[in-house]
Amino acid sequence: MMKVVRSEHKERLDYLNLPIRSFRRLGRIILMACHSMGHALIMLGSATLYIRTIWRPRARRETATQLYITGIKSLGVITVVALFTGMILALQTGLELRRYGQEEFIGSAVAVSVIREMGPFMTGLIIAASVGSAIAAQLGTMAVSEEIAALEVMSINPNRFLVMPRLVALALMMPILTVYTNILGILGGGIVGTTQLGVSFQAYLDNATRFAENKDLYVGLLKAVVFGVIIATVACYQGLTTTEGAVGVGRATRQTVITSFLLILIVGYMITRLFYI
Amino acid sequence: MIAFENVTKKLGGKVILDDVSFEVPKGETFVVVGLSGAGKSVTLKHMVHLLVPDRGVVRVGDDVISEARGPELERMRSRFGVLFQGAALLQWLSVFENVALPLRENTKMGEEEIKKTVLEKLSLLNMQEAAEKYPSDLSGGMKKRVGLARAIVMSPEIILYDEPTSGLDPVTSRLIDELIENLRKELGVTSVVVTHDLHSALSIGTHIMMIDGGKIVENAPPDKFIRSENETVKRFLESQYITRRGAWEKGMEGHG
Repeated sequence: MMKVVRSEHKERLDYLNLPIRSFRRLGRIILMACHSMGHALIMLGSATLYIRTIWRPRARRETATQLYITGIKSLGVITVVALFTGMILALQTGLELRRYGQEEFIGSAVAVSVIREMGPFMTGLIIAASVGSAIAAQLGTMAVSEEIAALEVMSINPNRFLVMPRLVALALMMPILTVYTNILGILGGGIVGTTQLGVSFQAYLDNATRFAENKDLYVGLLKAVVFGVIIATVACYQGLTTTEGAVGVGRATRQTVITSFLLILIVGYMITRLFYI
Repeated sequence: MIAFENVTKKLGGKVILDDVSFEVPKGETFVVVGLSGAGKSVTLKHMVHLLVPDRGVVRVGDDVISEARGPELERMRSRFGVLFQGAALLQWLSVFENVALPLRENTKMGEEEIKKTVLEKLSLLNMQEAAEKYPSDLSGGMKKRVGLARAIVMSPEIILYDEPTSGLDPVTSRLIDELIENLRKELGVTSVVVTHDLHSALSIGTHIMMIDGGKIVENAPPDKFIRSENETVKRFLESQYITRRGAWEKGMEGHG
């Protein structure tokens, strides 16, 4: 009897403690997030300061390698995604516009949405998933096999040796890839406009160039640079702080993709809001 | 040369080092032995600030390395060479580039001088033939030898070895033991060796310290170490067939 009463009392206490426990857990998560963000920003600041050493032969070679990995090796997937994004956009908007006999305006609809939003956004997502995850996996493997510790002991700062070249490569290559995505996206829209909606390619292009402003391009490119910095920071931070062997490397890779996606969405929205409202 | 003063370290809620104090004398080969998970590698990592104590300090000469930051820490670390357990070679660099890395990054040496120094260190470890190979082409033992060449390439005052002979064949193990011994005798290098291999420890060590459960259970020269009255040390010696009659005498009783 005594036992039953005690158990009921405990259950009631657990029930009462539940909000407190949840609140405590939430607090711990927020503190951890702030801690990680602080460290990631310190790493970013340190790597930015080391950009002055980029002319050293080894840093130059490493940056060139990272530019090649980020740019050339991502071209295939970016080409396919950009073309189809433009085609889907043109098809969806074109079908709606045709109902009102306004299909010649698909040029402007595709161009503005691709240059302003979809170009940097799609490029960011592709680079985060391909290059960002690869950076996290590489640096994570180095961390668990003590290669990062070896660099530190040799007085070689990992922020200079590893983070800086990747940061520069992503910040430089993202706008270039975004321009490429924009061109292919608009081209994809043009193909659909010509073949499916009966709009001449010249009319499509005229319409696209008439409505898209220089500001759209500049804001899109600014987003691309910011997204590049975000991907490099998240990937390098996750990689360098990897622990617990192969499981840790997997976790760092997954966390890189998720965090980069979320930050690209949030920061993309904030930049749009800053320049257009 | 290196001094631990009341160092305590917890990892994952578990006490790894519990109020540990000892000193590594200059020019000596100080060997740290103990069972797996006893805190040997953690001790080694404290010496180069890869870990910092929760309590206590670690000194290197007059410097407190456990509290150093930035350029000051880099200066203190430049006195060390470290051979990591898995060698920790950078996978995308060749053997030559791995060994040349500290020279290229931290000195103003010309390429000719770097080449001469690197090949000299590689030949000390019979690895000059593998200079153009990549770490993925090497066996575990070869990687370790390259890691050792990298650790000594800057001619450091202090060299730390984390399990230098584990997983190596007996011939290569003796080669590495001889190298550690020669560095001490000829260049007066201070060495700290973390190992399970008591035979190696007794042949190269001038001091042997055993850690168990985060505490130092013995710290003595080899001849006194093998005569220790501590039960943990006795069991550890017996497990490797080393008796009190002599460091090299295997206890063959009951082994045919």
